[in-house]
Amino acid sequence: MSDTDKPQPDDKPDAATEAPRTPEVDATEDASAAADPDARSRSLLREIASGDALAGVLAVFLAVFVGSVMIAATNEGVRETATYITARPSDFFNALWEAISGAYSAMFRGAIFNYNLTEPAQQWRPLTETLKFAGPLIAGGLGVGIAFRAGMFNIGGRGQMLMAGGAAGWVGFELDLPTIIHLPLAILVGMVVGALWGGIAGLLKARTGAHEVIVTIMLNYVAYYLLFYALSRQFLLQAPGSANPKSLPMKETAILPKVLGDQFNLHLGFVLALVAVAFAWWLLSRSTLGYRIRAVGENPHAARASGINVGKTYTIVMLIAGSLLGLAGVNQVLGTVTSGVSLDLDASIGFDAITVALLGRSRPFGILAAGLLFGALKAGGFTMQTSENISVDLVLVVQSLIVLFLAAPPLVRAIFRLPAQEAK
Amino acid sequence: MSTVTTPTPAESGGLAPDPAVVARKGSGAKKLPIIFGVISALLAIVLLRSGHTGDTTFQLSAETDFVTLPDIVVPSMLTAWLMVLVCVALTAESVRRMLAHTPQPIWIPIAFALAWMTGFLSWAAADERIRVVSLFAGAVALAIPLIFGALGGVLGERAGVVNIAIDGQLLFGAFAAAIAASTTGSPWAGLVAAAVAGALVALVLGLFAITYLVDQVIVGVVLNVLVIGLTNFLFRQVLTPNAQTLNAPEGFNRLPIPILGEIPLVGPIFFRQTALVYVLYAVVALVAFGLYRTRWGLRVRAVGEHPKAADTVGIKVNLTRYRTILLAGAIAGMGGAYYTLVSVNQFNRELTSGAGYIALAAVIFGKWDPIRATLAALLFGFATNLGGVLSAIGSPVPTQFMLMLPYLVTIFAVAGLVGRSRPPAAVGIPYQQQ
Repeated sequence: MSDTDKPQPDDKPDAATEAPRTPEVDATEDASAAADPDARSRSLLREIASGDALAGVLAVFLAVFVGSVMIAATNEGVRETATYITARPSDFFNALWEAISGAYSAMFRGAIFNYNLTEPAQQWRPLTETLKFAGPLIAGGLGVGIAFRAGMFNIGGRGQMLMAGGAAGWVGFELDLPTIIHLPLAILVGMVVGALWGGIAGLLKARTGAHEVIVTIMLNYVAYYLLFYALSRQFLLQAPGSANPKSLPMKETAILPKVLGDQFNLHLGFVLALVAVAFAWWLLSRSTLGYRIRAVGENPHAARASGINVGKTYTIVMLIAGSLLGLAGVNQVLGTVTSGVSLDLDASIGFDAITVALLGRSRPFGILAAGLLFGALKAGGFTMQTSENISVDLVLVVQSLIVLFLAAPPLVRAIFRLPAQEAK
Repeated sequence: MSTVTTPTPAESGGLAPDPAVVARKGSGAKKLPIIFGVISALLAIVLLRSGHTGDTTFQLSAETDFVTLPDIVVPSMLTAWLMVLVCVALTAESVRRMLAHTPQPIWIPIAFALAWMTGFLSWAAADERIRVVSLFAGAVALAIPLIFGALGGVLGERAGVVNIAIDGQLLFGAFAAAIAASTTGSPWAGLVAAAVAGALVALVLGLFAITYLVDQVIVGVVLNVLVIGLTNFLFRQVLTPNAQTLNAPEGFNRLPIPILGEIPLVGPIFFRQTALVYVLYAVVALVAFGLYRTRWGLRVRAVGEHPKAADTVGIKVNLTRYRTILLAGAIAGMGGAYYTLVSVNQFNRELTSGAGYIALAAVIFGKWDPIRATLAALLFGFATNLGGVLSAIGSPVPTQFMLMLPYLVTIFAVAGLVGRSRPPAAVGIPYQQQ
């Protein structure tokens, strides 16, 4: 036990704290070694020094730059002044500055702090909106990220959210229970259904080798049509007397309470997402199961050789991933949009979660940060659309560009003519 | 270690079944009779539980046919039960062949599908009229972008590059076609623009997946999101304010082929289409021929199956991959043009609504073969159209379950329940010269 606690001097960077070093060591003992705080901070230092962090910052910079170009290119004022740019360049640059600064200041007002208002509570309201949007992104990002750590790509976030949202919604509007039972029950049912839906992909991979990418993509659509069916049948989810695919609104007793009072929309879902972050951190860095997950992710053959049941691990990972995306779905139905279950309850969070997990590098705290960033982009994007008339879809472009650039540091280096990094 | 966060082990990359957990099941031949038995029984149960009287009319001719075939009127329940008997007989034949260890010829599943579908339709459409021509013509119409997309997928994956970005290529193709056809007034210009746009998405895919060795599935998924964001943004900022000049494309007109178009049943389904569809027929034939009968195809497949061996004999692996996915992207892009130049005639937000993912399903269900993938796409188009037709005549079958079918059969296919889908060996694995 004692000798496994110390990091070995010849640890390789990055992989060292993550990878199982010696498969023959008992799993429970080694799990504690992986979390040695000393080794962690040193690897963090190495990561920053190695230039990956720089490439990350530049990736964000590059994506925002492309976003700015798009804003400028589609701005009326900029295009008008561009026609006589040689005669009066100052007009052009003024218009350019106005378009871009207008967009980003609107984004800031919508995401963090609205300096146009006077009352402090109202000024800080955007920040609470950011947190509200971040909640499901974090929970969902964890669901995708944990699967990544086991070497699985969970594209099924949408389906898992839809199934979970539908189930939690049914509990939410159908049952009559006191809050103390109703709310936890609805959350639990949603997470369990999400877990089962995710678990299908894990089980199929474990039993038949079916690739989870294909299965989860297909399950998204199956879930969509299942929910569609349920929402068009009144004995299932559809509101009585309605022809629309929408359920009854949630009962008061099943709604996630607002955490900062009724003037803010921020609800308990964000707190639950934080709990999920803590849980994911504990799971991955402190538990035996987390060790197995990481071992399978690094090398399933070696993991199997050291006695880990790879198939079982796949199934469990997908159950956990599904439950976390289920939490994201629950968060939508019982917190953000409580007017009833609908087909767009996932609000594309299932796919956003992939970018969150990638940006957060599948580490729980990285996902927390990435979720906050994308939550801010989302909240700010809506303000940008209403006040500057710039489509909120710009946020989608910037998000995906960040992830693309981040995934290919050599490309970013080439663009900025940084020296190539030595192969690790 | 890759800087991307997915610790997907290289040796099990791509979409191949994970060798670490492989539990091989028996061959597909044994499953066929079981599947037949199950779905025959399903039909029988449906008939028992909700039988109804009445006649079903099968209308075989379109209104404009030169030679009109007579309508066929049959008693619903009797026909349905008769077809159950045929299905049972075919199942028995399949079982006999299984026991005798003789191969299952292709006519058995085809005959089974026809009989089952006839029985099902005559039950579902009791007292109604099934327009056979429009049922199939609608299926073909829905399948066309899927076939383009599936061909793009097949080509890319045969060369070893996973193409999840089919949806992005369709969408960007549709977008480019709308603008080009609106500004030039020529649908052909739109088609070329669509091909270029699809190839452009493929180029980005190649840049990241081939040159920068980023996980191909991740690039594909992110590219789809990027294209959705980009086209939505430009649609709102540019296309909507200038809808008259930029989003009113000149579409392809229907162009019946003189003699072929007059053939009863087949003519109105396949040969009274637009020029784009005839282009598709040519593309299907060319891809199928090229992939299996030319030196180019041999090289593409070699690069996808065993890049190292291909490299050893002097094939430039990554150059071949680049060329192939550019071609694949162009083909998928043309599929996008179908939306804006034929079926919808203008661009809308997320116009393809995930058709690229059905095309991906067709690639897998079609076992990475151009002809089979085409047939799979047609089948998926048929399932979708049947759902629409049945709900229009007020049949008791829920549309949603018909629409779910393509995805379900794909899951069954990758799980090895309906034959086994084996992808090209090197798909998803970037190649680095040693």
